[in-house]
Amino acid sequence: MSQSKILVVGGGLAGLAATMRLAELGVHVDLLSLVPVKRSHSVCAQGGINSVNALTRQQGDTEWKHFDDTVYGGDFLQHQPPVKEMADWGPRIVDLMDRLGVPFNRTPEGFRDQRRFGGTLYKRTSFAGATTGQQLLYALDEQVRRHEVEGMVTKHEFWDFLAPVLDENGLCRGAVCQDLVTMQFRAFPADAVVLATGGNGLIYGRSTMSMVCNGSAVSRAYRAGAWYGNGEFIQVHPTAIPGADKLRLMSESARGEGGRVWVPRKPQDPRDPRDIPEAERSYFLEERYPKYGNLVPRDIATREIFDICTNEGLSVEKDRLCVYLDLTHIPRETLDRKLGGILEIYEKFQGVDPRSVPMKIFPAVHYSMGGLWVDYERSASGGMAEGSLRNQRTSIPGLYAIGECDYQYHGANRLGANSLLSCIFSGLFVAPSLLAAQAEAAGAVNATKLFEAEIRRQEERHRQLLGRTAGDENPYDLHQQLGSLMTRTATVVRRNEQLAEAYGEVCGLEERWQRCAVSDTGNWTNQNVVFTKALGDMFPIAKLILKGALLRDECRGAHYKPQFSMPGIEATDPVEKRAEAERWCDRFEENSRKWLKSTIAACDPEGNPEISYQDVDTSIIPPRPRLYGLVGGEVIEEVWKERLAARAAAKQGVPEAATAAT
Amino acid sequence: MIKAVVNDGHGTDGGQDPAVRRVRVRILRQDIAGGESYWERYEIPHEPNMNVISVLQKIAAFARTQDGRRVAPVAWDCSCLEEVCGSCTMLINGRTRMACSALVDKLLTENGGEIELRPMSKFPVVRDLVVDRRRLFRSLERVKAWVPVDDSYDHGPGPRVSPEQQQDAYPLAECISCGCCLEACPQFNKIELTRREGESEADFEARRQQAFDGQFVGPHAISQAMLFNSHPTGGMIADERLEALTGKGGIQMCGNAQNCVAVCPKRIPLTRSIARAGRAATVWAIKKIFDR
Repeated sequence: MSQSKILVVGGGLAGLAATMRLAELGVHVDLLSLVPVKRSHSVCAQGGINSVNALTRQQGDTEWKHFDDTVYGGDFLQHQPPVKEMADWGPRIVDLMDRLGVPFNRTPEGFRDQRRFGGTLYKRTSFAGATTGQQLLYALDEQVRRHEVEGMVTKHEFWDFLAPVLDENGLCRGAVCQDLVTMQFRAFPADAVVLATGGNGLIYGRSTMSMVCNGSAVSRAYRAGAWYGNGEFIQVHPTAIPGADKLRLMSESARGEGGRVWVPRKPQDPRDPRDIPEAERSYFLEERYPKYGNLVPRDIATREIFDICTNEGLSVEKDRLCVYLDLTHIPRETLDRKLGGILEIYEKFQGVDPRSVPMKIFPAVHYSMGGLWVDYERSASGGMAEGSLRNQRTSIPGLYAIGECDYQYHGANRLGANSLLSCIFSGLFVAPSLLAAQAEAAGAVNATKLFEAEIRRQEERHRQLLGRTAGDENPYDLHQQLGSLMTRTATVVRRNEQLAEAYGEVCGLEERWQRCAVSDTGNWTNQNVVFTKALGDMFPIAKLILKGALLRDECRGAHYKPQFSMPGIEATDPVEKRAEAERWCDRFEENSRKWLKSTIAACDPEGNPEISYQDVDTSIIPPRPRLYGLVGGEVIEEVWKERLAARAAAKQGVPEAATAAT
Repeated sequence: MIKAVVNDGHGTDGGQDPAVRRVRVRILRQDIAGGESYWERYEIPHEPNMNVISVLQKIAAFARTQDGRRVAPVAWDCSCLEEVCGSCTMLINGRTRMACSALVDKLLTENGGEIELRPMSKFPVVRDLVVDRRRLFRSLERVKAWVPVDDSYDHGPGPRVSPEQQQDAYPLAECISCGCCLEACPQFNKIELTRREGESEADFEARRQQAFDGQFVGPHAISQAMLFNSHPTGGMIADERLEALTGKGGIQMCGNAQNCVAVCPKRIPLTRSIARAGRAATVWAIKKIFDR
């Protein structure tokens, strides 16, 4: 065991970016993953990666606007300095990936082509066909392989992270992990540990996520004392292909390239969709959101699709909820060149050619905006101070989190094509912070005994599970029940009575989990026991999602409670309209005072969440009402701007940035 | 990998309702690396739109054979379930392919109402349908399948690329490292080593790598070498890749059976890459003679 090294857990975009940068800085990295890193879930990302570019810049776009779109799209729930830093890095990151050989689509002159994604009016999204995540991941995988050949990286593939190891000062000194082939336990001492383990879609049973996205590593860190932030914010993607084993993503790029969402005006119109005349179709997103059309932010598109099917009864099919996503008006050649990969997925799994027949799609759980709480240090310019020990650090010193498993960048709702950026950015940006952590850890005393104790604890847990052959519960059935419950109560529409009830039911499932029988008692590639263990670790996260959602009595981004929604302006008379807008803004301000806060969950010894709230640093862009397409939005905006102006005038002389707090 | 049964609202107890159509599955199992293999039969209720993954999920949950005997669940690899991660390659009705995109109804019509699953035969079996494909990744190291950039700091954008070049490169870059082409290739043969008594992990690893390096790199690696040789920066070490391709286990081993291209789930033009590599290797060999 060499003295100076860092353990990176997870080999998706974030983990590989961090590994690459660390190896370059001369640090030896142990890279640990459930699957060969090239098979990580990042490969499923389809649409693209956002950054300001030469073209949008000349149309008035700036890093600031990208930053603004991101926090507005996220309903202002993110601390702003990290988001600002990320938007500033955007162009450099896309340039870097270009240099690494990512085959981005090209304009006739040979420049990178861009398309438009949701929540912005600019064409900011660089893409490589419809498999951008795959291409970005491969480029980083290749660089890491190169460092591996040079001896700077040691990969541990088919390994499971079981627990961080903390010393008496609470400093993370490494981890205990398990080889999924030989089932052996091993200590990984490290100067710092970085979790880059992605989302937790498996808690919802079926989602767009891969089977490795079970959230277990994060849950284990949370049990060890790391805080979890904004857990209740789960993105439900508007367009997925329903399937028995998985809900396969249909990328937002389908709409970015002109795809239109519609339903027949006549409920369950039996005609072939191609025979339904324009006048008898409802392009409901375009009708309700003329400015953004089919490219409204994801939470809004999702709610509209959900609403038109469940409340208005206009689902295309009766027994299976779905709407049409139509590409048939776009030339086949264009579709193949720009969307080939995703159209093939639809064709392969549905047996229908989406180039000639409209696709049937429905929303599905897609992304965890919440994740491990991480810190940052604000720089003088309002971004993040590069190299600070605090950046991306969890509440456990020495333990860091990056990528989808941190809570830092997307607030209450993530914009499409921002996740690839946040993953690569946080991976690159954390590297110098880890060097600082290394320096900090240098003086710590030998921790061999701690590792031995943790290995014994893990062996004991494992042995207990293997000994449970007589239980009357089946882990796969329990998982199914957990998934259905979470999907029913904690996705698109949330109601307090349902959430409270679901919390009790999850506790019940967790109790039943104690009586799970394993059907494989062997000690060789025992997927049965590994799954049972991971299932047990889903309950603490499910509980914090439900409790966070239950307590948050408002609507913000992906978190929607009809009871607390703020509908648009109903009045038509200008004076009344104005008065109503004033009341709307009063309520908005009151709500912000109460709820513009990060939810922080800490795990008690029983695995139950203790929820507290932290103020959000909104010192750079003052929060404003999120008004995409809201009826009467223009009056509200007018009133809001006047209030801001009045406030600024009253505050004259007080420097704004001085109010900043992290 | 870790997997779960996800089928809301349907029981997984494999209940015996005779009205339900049943799917018969025959699986070649193996308990441990280097162990004996044996067949086991299963029966599960048929559902619309099933793929082989959902069949395996049901078998895992039920964990009983056709005759009701309790057995350990079948082990298999999978992750994305949309044919982009490359995990779930196996022999399905004798053909190498991805389990996620293998739809049950189609399989049943082509194989007389039964589905047969076997592990890939060109890689050592770890357990049941799980195989060790490390050799596949080692081949990528042999041909230096990367762009040799100076570092990951900001040096502006990459080289300009015409749309034609991009459209040429993109299909090659879609290789998911599933190993189908290797399974189908007559020149790619299984290498299975066991650790010797007293041999250290590092020594064993070195011996394994040596064994890999003496044998055929495989069509996927040849195609990747061509992908990177055609990239403006990647091409700066084109000679090193050609050196690897003309060395032991290189392109001369290809027997032009063209099986690789026929089984590739991503329809990558592998034989075109091999033809290109063959020409480049010839030119390079001649150049080497004159440079001597």
